[in-house]
Amino acid sequence: MDYIFDNERPIYIQLVEKLRIEIVSEKLKQGERLPSVRELALIARVNPNTMQKALVELENEGLVYTERTNGKFVTTNKELIDKVKKELAEEKIINFLNDMENIGITHNDAIRYLQELGGNK
Amino acid sequence: MELLECKHLCKEFDSKKILKDINLIIPKGKIIGLLGKNGAGKSTFIKLINDLLIPTSGEILINGKKPGIDSKEIIAYLPERTYLDKEMTIKQSIIYFEEFYSNFNSEKAKKLLKDLNLDINTKISKMSKGMQEKLQLILVMSRTAELYILDEPLGGVDPATRDYILDTILSNFSDGASVIISTHLISDIERILDEVIFMNNGEIALTSSADELRNSEKSSIDDIFRRYFKC
Repeated sequence: MDYIFDNERPIYIQLVEKLRIEIVSEKLKQGERLPSVRELALIARVNPNTMQKALVELENEGLVYTERTNGKFVTTNKELIDKVKKELAEEKIINFLNDMENIGITHNDAIRYLQELGGNK
Repeated sequence: MELLECKHLCKEFDSKKILKDINLIIPKGKIIGLLGKNGAGKSTFIKLINDLLIPTSGEILINGKKPGIDSKEIIAYLPERTYLDKEMTIKQSIIYFEEFYSNFNSEKAKKLLKDLNLDINTKISKMSKGMQEKLQLILVMSRTAELYILDEPLGGVDPATRDYILDTILSNFSDGASVIISTHLISDIERILDEVIFMNNGEIALTSSADELRNSEKSSIDDIFRRYFKC
């Protein structure tokens, strides 16, 4: 994970976004135990309170759960992870199509370019 | 009971008002940026908390008590200018802290110094400015304190040393303790702050949660500060 932050947006929201991506890309595996809040804060070089706030948010989303006395874990709910992944993908595609539209390329052309340039991978 | 509370705190020098009616509460477990231009009154405020100056009026309460022997035990203070005798070696400075502070963890200090590859028999006067800053920070952060007060810890050091200083603060403050960092170098430090206090002309101009302020103003604390205090 890169821990470069944009100082113009709340840091905890940026942490939520980064951790969400770690989970859907399975860099953090399903059911994996997370390091302690303090350790995570040190890795990200942020304030432990800010990391705590981000983890609470991920817990509200269901991506992370707490086992009493045992720590925090990544969810094992595959359906939820897939759903979040799909939402993230949709968001990126909509942004991409909007960017294309801004430079005068229709959605159909954009899709054709995508097939030409990215289809082989 | 609040960790630190100021009520109508005023300080005058030769009838010049340096601090004007400061009312403030510092809770436990927060990292707080005390932000202001040079001459805003930050260092005077910090010296009052550390019992190095006496208020003209108003009061400061630390865990409910006025500054004194008890507060010196729980506050770890990094002054703007060094108070270490530069003729001492690193080892002697560790012994000095051991003798002065019962909550000084010399093992922790030695470990942190070892990570810097410093020979503890080196005289402080023979060290670079950046290394001297690091040594002082290590000594202060190796105390198990309830409140750390760091006056301009980033002043005059290079960006790599700034990163080291921020990391050392984050990884070493005791659980549940609060940290007050005074600085005018905001962009380097803002990502680790819970709360910000803007000081101007001896007054508290604004207090806010750092993330809430970013969210409401849609800009960095550094930008907000520059707009607020535009000369």
